[in-house]
Amino acid sequence: MTTAPILTVQDLSAVFPDNNGGLRALQNVSFEICPQEFICVLGPSGSGKTTLLRILAGLLKPTSGKVDFGNGRQPRIGMVFQQANLMPWRTAIQNIMLPLELDGMDHDAAKERARKLIDLVGLQGFESSLPRDLSGGMAQRVAIARALIHDPDLLLLDEPFGSLDALTRERMWTELSRIWQARQKTVIMVTHSIEESLFLADRVLVLTQRPGRIKLDLTVDIPRPREDEMRYTSHFGELAKKLKEAIG
Amino acid sequence: MADALRNIHRNRRWLGLISLLMGLFLWWLVSQTANLPSFILPSPMEVWSRFLVALADGSLFLNTGVTLFEILCGLFAGAGLATVIGYLVAKSRALERVLAPYLVASQAVPLVAIAPLLVIWFGPGMFSKILICALIVFFPVLVNTVVGVRAVPPALNDLMHSLRATRGQILLKLEIPAALPIFLSGLRIGATLSVIGAVVGELVGSDRGLGFLINIGRGQYDTALVFVAIFMLIILALVLYGIVAWIESRVLSWQEWRSQ
Repeated sequence: MTTAPILTVQDLSAVFPDNNGGLRALQNVSFEICPQEFICVLGPSGSGKTTLLRILAGLLKPTSGKVDFGNGRQPRIGMVFQQANLMPWRTAIQNIMLPLELDGMDHDAAKERARKLIDLVGLQGFESSLPRDLSGGMAQRVAIARALIHDPDLLLLDEPFGSLDALTRERMWTELSRIWQARQKTVIMVTHSIEESLFLADRVLVLTQRPGRIKLDLTVDIPRPREDEMRYTSHFGELAKKLKEAIG
Repeated sequence: MADALRNIHRNRRWLGLISLLMGLFLWWLVSQTANLPSFILPSPMEVWSRFLVALADGSLFLNTGVTLFEILCGLFAGAGLATVIGYLVAKSRALERVLAPYLVASQAVPLVAIAPLLVIWFGPGMFSKILICALIVFFPVLVNTVVGVRAVPPALNDLMHSLRATRGQILLKLEIPAALPIFLSGLRIGATLSVIGAVVGELVGSDRGLGFLINIGRGQYDTALVFVAIFMLIILALVLYGIVAWIESRVLSWQEWRSQ
């Protein structure tokens, strides 16, 4: 791609203070991301994947290094967490409207946009359900809609499907790539599933065991839309093998 | 038999009323058969007619009003202050360290023991009663505010920060609704305690209020009047408890498990 990067990460390191000299979570991580790219960050547990995401979201200050967003200003961020992380006192649609409320948008306009997203994630009829009445997959779809509603520059996903069963998870992959193509978002998704990253990503960054550094930057050239059958092709097997070896 | 049981179960909203009536009947029975003078145990009818007399001469209305006023002022002042300080304590471990010895000490000293002191300092008027009331309400509301605010899920805090929410927005849209269930159960305890606080203050020294009526009744062997005042206190406590419980059920309807 020839477009200017939307996000440049330079020499990023993160050290958490502990009793013996600090816990190094990330070390000299650098990469660039172009607009509308779908990036998966893959790595063993404890490789600092979530730390990286939290730094990008502005929830954590890096110990050293720089995160630079293309146009210089703070980007608008949509984040999806490992758990759906909904407010239990709000209905599905009220949860989705939260980011617009924080922006101070007019209630009716916000509701209108939330309705469109309810359609996009396929939750028609559940607008006024409370989170306790939603299944895990439905709750996670509410969370995705909430992350999209304020039209963020960057979508950060932290193992969003980790808590779902295998069947629901694969359905969510299809949903997510459909939403991603409809919405043209830049996405960074943390995962520990090779299959998931090959199903979704344009590029996969593999982090090493702690302290995490980038071991492999792999372009996934499987054509879209990616179907279930692609995982039985030899090309998929080759890519999976490369990733597997990089993770170690 | 099984049918009867099922019927009782179905009509359990009446059970409370039935149990009350049975209690009244038992009281009446004892007062009739035990042959006690009425200044030891007046019968329900004597208490009722004393109630009508007190109602007619205005003394019941005045004294209940005074006690209710003290309770409400104390409850609002105590709960209000406890909410603000509780929120600050929840947010700052340093403040918690500074205040902890005083808070624990204030709970270790029985209120009955400091009530005379407060009456000496602030006089027998309503102010000392409001103060005692506020003191007794303060602690449960404070503790539940601290626990409630600390129970806000950190992941939801992350969410708010990732959306660049301001401090005010976090307070309004996250912390208050998340802390509300625990806060309100503290307020429910506080509402009942506030009645105790007001009466303790009045018993120590006052010239008005239901506690004052109890003192008068005791001094004049007007035991029926003592009973009237006690029943008024029970009613006040029940009404206050009921109001908070009603607010809880309205505000926390999303927590269905509460009613199960």
